[in-house]
Amino acid sequence: MEDNIGIVSYGVYIPRYRIKASSIAKVWGKDSKYIEKGLNITEKSVPGPDEDVATISVEAARYALKRCKVDPQEIGAIYVGSESHPYAVKPTGTIVGEAIGATPDLMIADYEFACKAGTAAIQNCIALIKSNMIKYGLAIGADTSQAAPGDALEYTASAGGAAFLLGKEKIIANINATYSFATDTPDFWRREARKYPAHGGRFTGEPAYFKHIINASKNLMERIKTKPEDYDYAVFHQPNGKFPISVAKKLGFTYEQIEPGLICPLLGNTYSGSYLIGLSAVLDIAKPGDRIFVTSYGSGAGSDSFDITITENIKKFRRKNAPTVRELLENKEYIDYGTYAKFRDLLYWE
Amino acid sequence: MTTHYHLVSKFWREIPHRYNLIGTRCGECKTVYFPPRNVCPRCRRSSIGKMEKYKLKGKGKIYTYTIIHVAPETFEDEIPYIIAIVKLDEGPMVTSQIVDCNPDKIKIGMPVEIAFRKIQEDGDTGAIYYGYKFRPIKR
Repeated sequence: MEDNIGIVSYGVYIPRYRIKASSIAKVWGKDSKYIEKGLNITEKSVPGPDEDVATISVEAARYALKRCKVDPQEIGAIYVGSESHPYAVKPTGTIVGEAIGATPDLMIADYEFACKAGTAAIQNCIALIKSNMIKYGLAIGADTSQAAPGDALEYTASAGGAAFLLGKEKIIANINATYSFATDTPDFWRREARKYPAHGGRFTGEPAYFKHIINASKNLMERIKTKPEDYDYAVFHQPNGKFPISVAKKLGFTYEQIEPGLICPLLGNTYSGSYLIGLSAVLDIAKPGDRIFVTSYGSGAGSDSFDITITENIKKFRRKNAPTVRELLENKEYIDYGTYAKFRDLLYWE
Repeated sequence: MTTHYHLVSKFWREIPHRYNLIGTRCGECKTVYFPPRNVCPRCRRSSIGKMEKYKLKGKGKIYTYTIIHVAPETFEDEIPYIIAIVKLDEGPMVTSQIVDCNPDKIKIGMPVEIAFRKIQEDGDTGAIYYGYKFRPIKR
């Protein structure tokens, strides 16, 4: 992109409750070692009974604003990407806008594209800033992911989110280019008014996750003439701890490039927050000149790829005004499956 | 059958102070009030028309607390939980739930900060009401 448009600030929020994969495996009579190894996950975050996508989005947005001096009244757009918005009809974005003091002169909308809605929100903010329609845009990806009891998803579906304030001034990371790849692929879905998602099992792998991430990533690198070795870090969507390692290898990235942003083994899959929290973990440690490659994935299906370069402004960026991803991961309290079932509303009574 | 949700307008009116701790400050004696007041009880009629909006920073200390074991129906999922009176740095006291803190870890004088949480739901089909709670300051 010829204009310097990028990340002005970012903030992450992760609920503090955790459940171990072994606690879930025990309930369903599964071998926890097999699950932990197969999915490369040891625990996942769980939202408290008073937390949802609106509260997670507000906390992440407030943390992003604490790290910069932007007046919330200058934010021209708020887009919240999620597949677990608290309301089917009534935007999460207006709750966020009101809670950060950005209303009423702005555009607000909620996005949904399975796990990819967070990067869709970023792309739309970039376009509005590039066309001078807004000065700042706030893109959020957050989820309190659903999983049916006993389903394989239950080991990974977790809660968390990240907010990215985008603009042209004092950017800590320049978004050099973005590219998207989408096809009609029914690998994972949740029908209207249904509580839990369904999926195609092994079909979610090769024709879905891998095909879209590989095509989006390769096509962006071809267009901007870069290679995996040009990047210091890479972040891929993390539905489990194994897929991002595997897709990185297929694309030619090393484990060292993805390790700082690989948070799924200790967090689970925060769906629309997954790759954004991974990117935030990289921003927590990145230095000027570092180059980051990011590709999201949303079932249904599509991927958005980004080429990002850290600027000199990161030296003066007030990272310490909000918790880092590692700090949030360390602030935890373990719960058992019974408490998890209560918090996630899995119990049935009349 | 039409269901009426009587709490909607009440919570909507309270959004500024429930979301962002917007109180008032007396233009005469500069005392800060939360929840907002239309008249300063100290300056009385001389404060009329001089009460200004004032955003509190959302930090304070536990003044006193209690642990709730028998809760109203909409809070039963959360027992045991802490209800405290928080003395805000600007002076006002607020009653609030304390979250992200085990009941055996709460202490008088503990520094706390504002958190944004779900307060209650108007049944399964009604509106969801959000607002402030407080949590221990970790950093």
